[in-house]
Amino acid sequence: MLTVSNLHAAVDGKEILKGLTLEVPAGEVHALMGPNGAGKSTLSYVLTGRDGYEVTAGSATLEGENLLALSPDERAARGVFLSFQYPLEIPGVPALTFIRTALNAQRRARGEAEISAPEFLKLARRTAQSLKIDFEMLKRPLNVGFSGGEKKRMEILQMAMLSPRFLILDETDSGLDIDALKIVAEGVNALRAPDRAMLIITHYQRLLDYIRPHRVHVLSAGRIVASGGPELALELEREGYDKYARAA
Amino acid sequence: MAAVRQTVEHVESLERYKHGFVTEIAQEFAPKGLNADVIRFISGKKGEPEWMLAWRLEAFERWQAMEEPGWARVSFPRIDYQAAYYYAAPKQKAGPKSLDEVDPEILETYKKLGIPLREQEVLAGVEGAPRYAVDAVFDSVSVVTTFREELAKAGVIFCPMSEAIREHPELVKTYLGSVVPVSDNYFACLNSAVFSDGSFVYVPPGVRCPMELSTYFRINAENSGQFERTLIIADRGAYVSYLEGCTAPMRDENQLHAAVVELVALEDAEIKYSTVQNWYPGDPETGKGGIYNFVTKRADCRGDRSKVAWTQVETGSAITWKYPSCILRGNDSAGEFYSIAITNGRQQADTGTKMIHLGSGTRSRIISKGISAGKSSNTYRGLVSAHPKAKGARNFTQCDSLLIGKHCAAHTVPYVEARNGQVVLEHEATTTRLSDDQLFYVMQRGLSQEEAVQLLVNGFVKDVLQELPMEFAVEAQKLVAISLEGSVG
Repeated sequence: MLTVSNLHAAVDGKEILKGLTLEVPAGEVHALMGPNGAGKSTLSYVLTGRDGYEVTAGSATLEGENLLALSPDERAARGVFLSFQYPLEIPGVPALTFIRTALNAQRRARGEAEISAPEFLKLARRTAQSLKIDFEMLKRPLNVGFSGGEKKRMEILQMAMLSPRFLILDETDSGLDIDALKIVAEGVNALRAPDRAMLIITHYQRLLDYIRPHRVHVLSAGRIVASGGPELALELEREGYDKYARAA
Repeated sequence: MAAVRQTVEHVESLERYKHGFVTEIAQEFAPKGLNADVIRFISGKKGEPEWMLAWRLEAFERWQAMEEPGWARVSFPRIDYQAAYYYAAPKQKAGPKSLDEVDPEILETYKKLGIPLREQEVLAGVEGAPRYAVDAVFDSVSVVTTFREELAKAGVIFCPMSEAIREHPELVKTYLGSVVPVSDNYFACLNSAVFSDGSFVYVPPGVRCPMELSTYFRINAENSGQFERTLIIADRGAYVSYLEGCTAPMRDENQLHAAVVELVALEDAEIKYSTVQNWYPGDPETGKGGIYNFVTKRADCRGDRSKVAWTQVETGSAITWKYPSCILRGNDSAGEFYSIAITNGRQQADTGTKMIHLGSGTRSRIISKGISAGKSSNTYRGLVSAHPKAKGARNFTQCDSLLIGKHCAAHTVPYVEARNGQVVLEHEATTTRLSDDQLFYVMQRGLSQEEAVQLLVNGFVKDVLQELPMEFAVEAQKLVAISLEGSVG
């Protein structure tokens, strides 16, 4: 589904990604691990089209379509979703309004009809319930005054409601206690589907106990330096990244 | 992609000020310039009694001795007061009795602007939708006032100012200039000398006005100013909600709009006054043209427990200089000020409010949201003053500024004075820049850049929008979006 090939990208003229190649097939969950500064978040921003992240070489396609030529909202409409490491606060805009606006913008861009109000509310109630989010919370301005854990759960709720095809979870486990982690993992696992792929960015093995990946990749100094099955994450947990930092 | 965005922005900018058309009709003007004869001409045209002319002439004399104020954070070339027309009116039979007598071009103008002048058009709307009466002021005269008969049944007087001077002289004499004295300030004094039309509202004791009242001001003529005068009186226990809207054609020269609005609330009365101001802001690139909006608006909460709320959405004008204020004279009276001021392109705004606490137990609340974009400058200037007898006075002020882009400016100039020890005055202020992080977050969810800005700005101004009557809140929300088109990129 996602094909990244020899991707080079720079921020403020400094090259961060240095020939990254990655393939995430439909129906699979891949984990991307690596030390701080390896370029994990940069990859998520390059794939979603953030300003200031300049692609200098290589390609990234989603089901054969060149992602890099699209604006962030066009990529979102094609089904690319990023669960942010630090979700932003949106003062004055209730979460429900925010999500409905986003969902309808995506539907319009795809030439689909807008969702009706009753249908939307039904979807919101069902999704909130499955993530153990109090529905009243969705009437409050998005993320304003929410705890770190609440914000992360709100990201998963948006993800479930927007129903994307390619999901990137950037450090979703940070700031979550074990109960919240389980709820979030259940939410993510519920989204596994044959026509959907996920990239889980994390420092720690812990999250992968709950969201079992098909493949694990190690990112170091802007390149994938090792790939393997779930056992690779366990090895990293035991031995650290030193070996790979040297390999890079 | 950048090229695409530029093209889109270019096309949108052509549409940005959609009220900029000119209506071609036969008009009649006062001689150009300003002198006592011009004032006699205006007064004569309106068939005014002698006392009104004397009032005007006295104001003119005082004005000649005054200096144009220079303290606001706005700059503009010296205004040549002799180069403008002080009276411009569509040629028509004096005081048309029905819509059929009004020039069809004028009716067409209001139709284009979306202002319902036919009562049945309002009635034909959605069932249960709130109705509102309209006074339509075209340059210097009122052309139509709707729903007058129905309002008269409730005892409410809603008519053009010029008619009130002839038909209700006692009310006008009692209240005109009683809130904004003739020589209050330079522009108010000029207005007192040359004011043309505006709305007059009187709501008798205990009456709740049965519908929203509104006045729609349109400047059409070239080289002319508009000097409207509005007076609203809510007698004991009365309630009225009033809305004012304004637009003008796109012209290269600056046009002066110097209005005076006076509100009087007697015991237990309540007045809600909302403004959606969308005068032509001038060319966004060169700053050429646009309206100078130099307005004095003041409410006198004269009676105990009276209440006045000002709500303003200021999106237009090249320069805005305006401080809708409340004199809280009655004990336990309350004043509120809710403001959204948006500047884009080369616009300059210096706006805010004054809450003068004179009576005991008086309360006031100020919520101001300033948004600056482009190369504009936006200043909040406010005064909260508690006088010696205002024991137990309370004020809460919240002043938020939002900056969009890197070339705009926001200033906050609050004055607070407590002249007795038993007051609580609170002031909160924030200034934030619309962050790239927020914009990216919203766009990642599927909104285009313009839609993302709109969503974030609507969130920022929500506290104020919800104070507007509902049908206007929707209009205002659209206007906010249009005003900020092309502000990021």
